[in-house]
Amino acid sequence: MNRATIVVTDPTLRDGSHACSHQITAEQILKYATAAEAAKVDYLEVGHGNGLGASSLQVGLSLVPECEMLKIARSCLSQTRLSVHVMPGFATIKREIAGAVDLGVDLFRVGAHCTEADLTQRHISYVRNVGKEAWGILMMIHMTSKEVLLEEAKKMQSYGAQGIVLMDSAGASFPHDVTQKIGTLAKGLEVPVGFHAHNNLGLSIANSIAALEAGARIVDGTARGFGAGAGNAPIELLVAAMQRLGYKFKADLYKVLDAAELADELFKENLPTSNAVTIVSGLAGVFSGFAKPVIRAAKQMDVDPRDVFFELGQRKVVGGQEDLILEVATDLARRKKISDLPKS
Amino acid sequence: MNKKTKIAILGTGNIGTDLLVKAIRSPWLECRLFAGRNLSSPGMMKADHLGVPVSSKGIQAVVERRNELDLIFDATSAEDHIKHSGIFRELGILAIDLTPAKIGKMCVPAVNLEECLQSDNVNMVSCGGQASVPIAFAIAQANNDIEYIETVSSIASRSAGPATRINLDEYLDTTEEAIQKFSGCTHSKAILNLNPAQPCVHMQTTVFAKMPRPDLAKTRAAVSEMVRRIQQYVPGYQMILEPMIENGRLAVMVRVEGAGDYLPKYAGNLDIINCAAIAMAEAYAQKRIGNEGVATKTGIAA
Repeated sequence: MNRATIVVTDPTLRDGSHACSHQITAEQILKYATAAEAAKVDYLEVGHGNGLGASSLQVGLSLVPECEMLKIARSCLSQTRLSVHVMPGFATIKREIAGAVDLGVDLFRVGAHCTEADLTQRHISYVRNVGKEAWGILMMIHMTSKEVLLEEAKKMQSYGAQGIVLMDSAGASFPHDVTQKIGTLAKGLEVPVGFHAHNNLGLSIANSIAALEAGARIVDGTARGFGAGAGNAPIELLVAAMQRLGYKFKADLYKVLDAAELADELFKENLPTSNAVTIVSGLAGVFSGFAKPVIRAAKQMDVDPRDVFFELGQRKVVGGQEDLILEVATDLARRKKISDLPKS
Repeated sequence: MNKKTKIAILGTGNIGTDLLVKAIRSPWLECRLFAGRNLSSPGMMKADHLGVPVSSKGIQAVVERRNELDLIFDATSAEDHIKHSGIFRELGILAIDLTPAKIGKMCVPAVNLEECLQSDNVNMVSCGGQASVPIAFAIAQANNDIEYIETVSSIASRSAGPATRINLDEYLDTTEEAIQKFSGCTHSKAILNLNPAQPCVHMQTTVFAKMPRPDLAKTRAAVSEMVRRIQQYVPGYQMILEPMIENGRLAVMVRVEGAGDYLPKYAGNLDIINCAAIAMAEAYAQKRIGNEGVATKTGIAA
């Protein structure tokens, strides 16, 4: 088989931030970035789970300051390029992006909720104007149609995005959804299209393969799936599957397997698993990164975290709206108190 | 003699038109001019229908009618306001700036209305600033050694027009600056989320703060008092989560339901900044009248 060459992006040190409540250590960055470089992944993404400027009381404070994280990773990489996630509304050009350019970040993946691409215009243009690479990221893609995704992706392309990645941020998509959405974009765009999976419904690899078969040329995977909620598509499984299917890629299979073994050891306390909460998060279509804060708030308010997820799903919350967890959990606790009252 | 303060509104978009409806209702204000560039814009047509003098000559119309005007609301753009501000000053007309130009004194009525009455140009900060600054101020009054204050607003996608979207960084910057200035806390962060859900979500704002020893009882009292004060000029402002401690952070959450004047009710973000601007204008109008008496309670149009 003679298949296309696929760009492999590894956001282990960014999405994994959610899995450990943003407590990734300097040592973990140093060790994993070294392994990623050896594995020849095309890009390594580093930073807070919600990207530049997102260390906050809203989402969680990072243990290691952002510029420190980027400096450490930069020092480990030469072939593998350094990437960051950027969400306008969290990061600003002046406050974070300019500094990240100075620290030697190669790629800025500028993201917005799947219907709000115009928020990324200035940030993508800025990155392109200073001569760095910029991709557009559409998040929570289960919440809209393939037609809207194409329209939004075209906006990002017109701002200068050199690639568009669809993120199934809630792990709520099925392979047929991915086939249609990626297929539509691959046909309708001039720039390459990518896919970023979450495993809430156990479909991260199946969805990633569906994306590749539908024309995706970029794929995200993290070591042992180290990422939000039930984790991402494990990069070691992804690369193995791509090898078997005949896709070309730069990454070295054995070294990717080694990096995953290392991740097993480095992140053992916080490796994502499929559990009651992550499954419900996927069913409810709520951003995977909400898992830890939902569990924490549900415990404090003595409510079922699954009810919190379904209620958040009802309210169609988007990534970044973590504060609503407190409101919903408090509200459920209040309702529970009323229904627990002895009936006279 | 009509004791009402005579106002002009410059800029006939959503903000300007909603301001017009609010100004007409005010017993203290009389709208003498609604000026923009396009007589067939929906705002212009609404103003004309309401019997308000309209002009498509923009700032020039203000200059021509300078003798009839005491106060101007500028709802154009930051760029234009910078050009206009010198003219307003020369004409001796108080300017209430709804753009992000930030030339004038930052005004959050629940916190510093009195002070702003001395100024000839006041800036209404930002929608998120109007919702969060008073809460941050109340938290700062009730606690010591505040290390950090953060504010997160969620607004309906449909309430965020192209100008809001392209100026997102400036919004965050201005809101952070206002939080710092009014609370005295040197570290702050502002976050904005746009939510496209249908039916549209109401504006919600959460204020988080970090401090070594939060005084919850004192904070609750200070915040409740502040919410009451804001409700006097923003009727749809309500606390939906009273101050609580979770995971080492103090959190307060409010929701703003718009009055539904020109804009839909979900656009509380636009309503609150306009309510604040009207509160400023009415305070100015009352100061002008001083002891001369009170304006009649009827508006110029039914």
